Amino acid sequence: MKKVLVIAEHLNGQIQDITYELLGKAKELAQGGEVAVLLMGKDMQDAANSLGAADKVLYVDSDALAQFNPQTYFLTAAKAIEEYQPDIVLVGTTSQGMDLAGALSARLKMPLVAYVSALEDGKAVSQLYGGKMNVEVGLTTPYIAAVLAGAFPADKGKADGTPEVVEMAAPDLSGAKVRFKQLIEPEAGDVDITAQDVLVSVGRGIQSEDNIPMFEELAQKLGGALACSRPIVDNKWLPKSRQVGKSGLKVKPKVYLAFGISGAPEHIEGMKDSELIIAVNTDAKAPIFDYAHYGVTEDMFDLVPKLMEKL
Amino acid sequence: MNIIVPIKQVPDLVEELEVDSSGKALDKEWLKFRINEFDDHALEEALLLKEDLGGTVTVIALDGDDVDKALYTAAAKGADKLIKVTGVDAELDNHKAAMALASVIKDMDYDLILTGVQAVDDLDGQLPVLLAEYLGLPHIEVVTGVKVDGNVATVQKEFSGGIVGEYEVDLPAVLGIQAARETPRYVPVAKVRRAMRSAEIEEVSANVGDVSSALAVERMFKPETGGGAEFLTGSVDEIAAKIVELIKSKI
Ligand SMILES: Cc1cc2nc3c(=O)[nH]c(=O)nc-3n(C[C@H](O)[C@H](O)[C@H](O)COP(=O)(O)OP(=O)(O)OC[C@H]3O[C@@H](n4cnc5c(N)ncnc54)[C@H](O)[C@@H]3O)c2cc1C
Ligand SMILES: Nc1ncnc2c1ncn2[C@@H]1O[C@H](COP(=O)(O)O)[C@@H](O)[C@H]1O
Repeated sequence: MKKVLVIAEHLNGQIQDITYELLGKAKELAQGGEVAVLLMGKDMQDAANSLGAADKVLYVDSDALAQFNPQTYFLTAAKAIEEYQPDIVLVGTTSQGMDLAGALSARLKMPLVAYVSALEDGKAVSQLYGGKMNVEVGLTTPYIAAVLAGAFPADKGKADGTPEVVEMAAPDLSGAKVRFKQLIEPEAGDVDITAQDVLVSVGRGIQSEDNIPMFEELAQKLGGALACSRPIVDNKWLPKSRQVGKSGLKVKPKVYLAFGISGAPEHIEGMKDSELIIAVNTDAKAPIFDYAHYGVTEDMFDLVPKLMEKL
Repeated sequence: MNIIVPIKQVPDLVEELEVDSSGKALDKEWLKFRINEFDDHALEEALLLKEDLGGTVTVIALDGDDVDKALYTAAAKGADKLIKVTGVDAELDNHKAAMALASVIKDMDYDLILTGVQAVDDLDGQLPVLLAEYLGLPHIEVVTGVKVDGNVATVQKEFSGGIVGEYEVDLPAVLGIQAARETPRYVPVAKVRRAMRSAEIEEVSANVGDVSSALAVERMFKPETGGGAEFLTGSVDEIAAKIVELIKSKI
């Protein structure tokens, strides 16, 4: 019997999927013990209605918590953990979780295992080296686990009902050195990659901006659109609206054709639920092949012209 | 504006990775190392801020594989000072790495610390956040934009779906940089060679207590690669035909 605390994540007032993914896992880890969710926000009591899988919601209400803030959320979570004394704390390896997990670990002197892809009592598997290696670690409670988005099914963390809501006081947040200013919504792109049946997605393996038109043409011939991994956007070869993954968009097309994408966990998170994934990568050990239905290890520059001929 | 940029050498993931005989770590014998890609972005952002505001950029790294090369490359790009922290082995232990870096940084004069958002080889959390906590500083991870005005920085932090949060943070602070506003600059090898002759690496020994990640690594293993994929074989022409057939069956 364990006490497990899940740190809820919300953006724009919406509870994020990772929260349900963690909740489902928390129930399993609690082995009949208690599962609590820490919800920090402003006027968000109602969100407890969607956390029916938990036994308890620890709710902290403050103006300083209205939106995610790396410092105020950290200080509040640290106080809540000290008061609740959980055996296990679950947080996402997400943009928000990346600001919390380490800080909590250092402040509360609780060991932290991050990039977790599998977790059971006393043991975690952590995904390292861009998904090319796994590390198994032994854990003794109390500990914190930062879990990869998509590692566990969200369904298991969803249940009807409203758990008991326990209000907790926020610590003094008046001197916060980090202040939230605003949320900026992404600019709408020329195409919506989340609404396509076919995506041709390119990664760093395409080597040069000059190769973009070739894949654009391929996408057009297939009646789909061109998408990409993060480095392509960072290089400014394609707009942000084409990025698939953790900090880009989540896509679920009928066909996802990946060219020169290694399959880092942050990319996989955005495309693994595509119906048919075909990956082209000269490195047969590339992690993308763990998720693809079909793999090709030919050089894409040999393959693409042949594909064009046949369309 | 004095900026510190901690950098790290990581295995080049284009290479084949193997587990060593202990079964708990990478076999480093044949590994090629390169600078962690996000550290290049952190350094770029630091150099751009220096160009805007004046000041210095100091690059600091824990001693390890091919670290000198990375430091000299940073000098060739415009870093003013290079520091190598010796006497600590912090492989897969960011708590220890952060403590070691903090022990040296705490006595330095700085306004801002820019790290990469993450490296590919850590197990126990993000170094920028740990470093901030050990130095008693605020932190923001996953940063894609930094503007500094006096002793306040306006920072953009990326969430999922391309949504960005804008924050103000009092300096000094630690920011984990995901992407610099420009593509990181490239330096030709000749310039790095020149930096090797002219720039100096200051070696400082770390002062780490008994901090550690407290994680017990039991084994390291490769995921079952290709577990999902059926590999298409034959001539390129045959493969192309097969792909077209697969796609057509879906749409
Ligand atoms: C907080 C955070 C958020 C992130 N968010 C995202 C995100 O939303 N989306 C995203 O994609 N990444 C994201 N990343 C980055 C991610 O970690 C990886 O760096 C990135 O996905 C790698 O992109 P890539 O696969 O295109 O490049 P690489 O990993 O460099 O892979 C290139 C591949 O091309 C192959 N290749 C080279 N030449 C050829 C050829 N001729 N033919 C066939 N194959 C070839 C190589 O074998 C290699 O596998 C994020 C990272 C962080 C830290
Ligand atoms: N050993 C190290 N020496 C110097 N900087 C480091 C070290 N480890 C991590 N960093 C910095 O912290 C960033 C995030 O790394 P990590 O949290 O280890 O994924 C890296 O991009 C570097 O800027």
